[in-house]
Amino acid sequence: MTANALRTRPPARRREPRATRALSVLQSTALVVIALVALVPLVAIFVATFQTGADIMRGGITLAVDPATLGLDNWTMLFTDSGPYFRWFANSLVVTVLQVVGTLLVSSFVAYGFAMYDFRGRTPLFIAVLAIMAVPFEMVMLPLYVQVNEMGLADTYAVIVIPFLAAAVTIFFFRQYFLGVPKEILEAGRVDGVTEFGIFFRLVLPIARPAIAAMAILNGMMCWNNLLWPLLVLRSSEKFTLPIGLNTLITPYANNYGLLIVGSFFSLIPILVLFLAFQRFFVEGMTAGAVKG
Amino acid sequence: MPALARRLLYSQKLAPYLFVLPFVATLALFWIIPVARSIVMSTQEVMYGQTTSVGMDNYARLWNDGVFWTAMSNSARYMVLSLLLLIPIPMLLAAVVNSRIGSPRVKAFFKASMFVPALTSVVVAGLVFRLMFSESESAVMNQVVQVFGIGPVRWLREDLTGLAALLALAVWRWTGVNTMYFIAGMQSIPGEYYEAASLDGANRRQQFLRITVPNLRPTIVYVTTISVYGGLAMFLESFMLYGGNASPNNQGLTVVGYLYRKGVEQNDLGFASAVGIVLLVAVTAINLTQLTLAGTFRKENVR
Repeated sequence: MTANALRTRPPARRREPRATRALSVLQSTALVVIALVALVPLVAIFVATFQTGADIMRGGITLAVDPATLGLDNWTMLFTDSGPYFRWFANSLVVTVLQVVGTLLVSSFVAYGFAMYDFRGRTPLFIAVLAIMAVPFEMVMLPLYVQVNEMGLADTYAVIVIPFLAAAVTIFFFRQYFLGVPKEILEAGRVDGVTEFGIFFRLVLPIARPAIAAMAILNGMMCWNNLLWPLLVLRSSEKFTLPIGLNTLITPYANNYGLLIVGSFFSLIPILVLFLAFQRFFVEGMTAGAVKG
Repeated sequence: MPALARRLLYSQKLAPYLFVLPFVATLALFWIIPVARSIVMSTQEVMYGQTTSVGMDNYARLWNDGVFWTAMSNSARYMVLSLLLLIPIPMLLAAVVNSRIGSPRVKAFFKASMFVPALTSVVVAGLVFRLMFSESESAVMNQVVQVFGIGPVRWLREDLTGLAALLALAVWRWTGVNTMYFIAGMQSIPGEYYEAASLDGANRRQQFLRITVPNLRPTIVYVTTISVYGGLAMFLESFMLYGGNASPNNQGLTVVGYLYRKGVEQNDLGFASAVGIVLLVAVTAINLTQLTLAGTFRKENVR
């Protein structure tokens, strides 16, 4: 159902009366204007990457820039003298890959159990999945943080990744997908002597590629952008992920504003490129919760 | 292969429990235990590892704490206003995109560019909005209001303009995603409904109000649920916009911001836990009320 969201209805065949055509032009104009307004903040930060840090600090982000003040200094600094920036970038990549691979495996595994078997306790457990989707993580953040400190696990990537491997939204999405998989596949596998887990890994998971793509993108994006939990548990600068690293550049002295702006813009590029290539999966992934209303 | 292992791998009785085991472990370790711990800690004074039971003292302190009520009302008004903006506007946009008239290419461009803001991290989005709402005369928003002869406005220094900046950030980031939810919802409404209505002489506006809106109920309920959660638990948007957890007269302080201030910045874990419990109760109560009113728990709606 969400896949359909990308397709607009085909235009009506019958000849359009003049009033409808006028309405259509009006509509298109309005949509283009709104779409362009939505892009203003991104255009503005792109322009700002060519301004000096001092100018940005003093004048904010502006669209009326004096071309004479623009230069490539920030970009040069990013690639030659950005301190730990690319270390943070690499850390974010590592954490994101670990999180995505782990979450997809664990959550699809759990979802398969919910979708394919009837077992005692299934309904209450599934209600727990739905409930977690509606309880803010901020609720458990503090006690979890206390617990992590007591166990001496602060400042490790394991603590960032493990609590979110069985992720409620991802479980929910995979379950919906698996419900549509014909049960004959399971029976055929059993007849051939494949174990219950072999059926999942070898027969069902390979045909779940569209769901995997959507969830890889959702989880990848959430992890790439994640700030709160890593901010609490990561201590040493060499372990920082990109959002925390960027956050440390925000100081009242503004001595880093040039790098902050260009680094922020650069952090968007991987996601924008992926979005242009896989737009359909982005929309499916990010609207995952509403598959069945 | 040993017989026991064989039995385990082939047993259809045992398999489901092994499949859901990672979730059961997550639920216990990362949700139930922390929430239980929170409840216990909220009745204690926790100082440097020393805990003393103080009964309901933390809640009493909370009740008499003006800053907590400021945070509560900031979160509540943000939630209500973001609901009022982020449901009707996306619904209207979805109806426009979903209508039969207009160019498909324009609509595809519209959907893509509305979606892009949701891809930005709260760090980057917050930074950009902080700088767009800078009090300098040349900053984007002051240039905009200047067209109407207003300004320059000291956006983040004043309560209401600061709230406007926060809401602008929320609208910018989430309008596109919510619009996609509503488009998906609208496309699952059978076309015959509209044909029948237009045969009965209903105009577009009537069709929207009488057919589209009522049939979107599941989508509206879902978006409301996640917006209540997101609105009441909002923290980082304000944290980034104000460049930290401090703002003039606490105008940007939210409940989670207060929890963060007390628990993480001041290490007053007992009190912070009480804040967290109040938040959990509030989110749960509002969502249960909302879901009940919308009839989600009525028998025919339970799948």
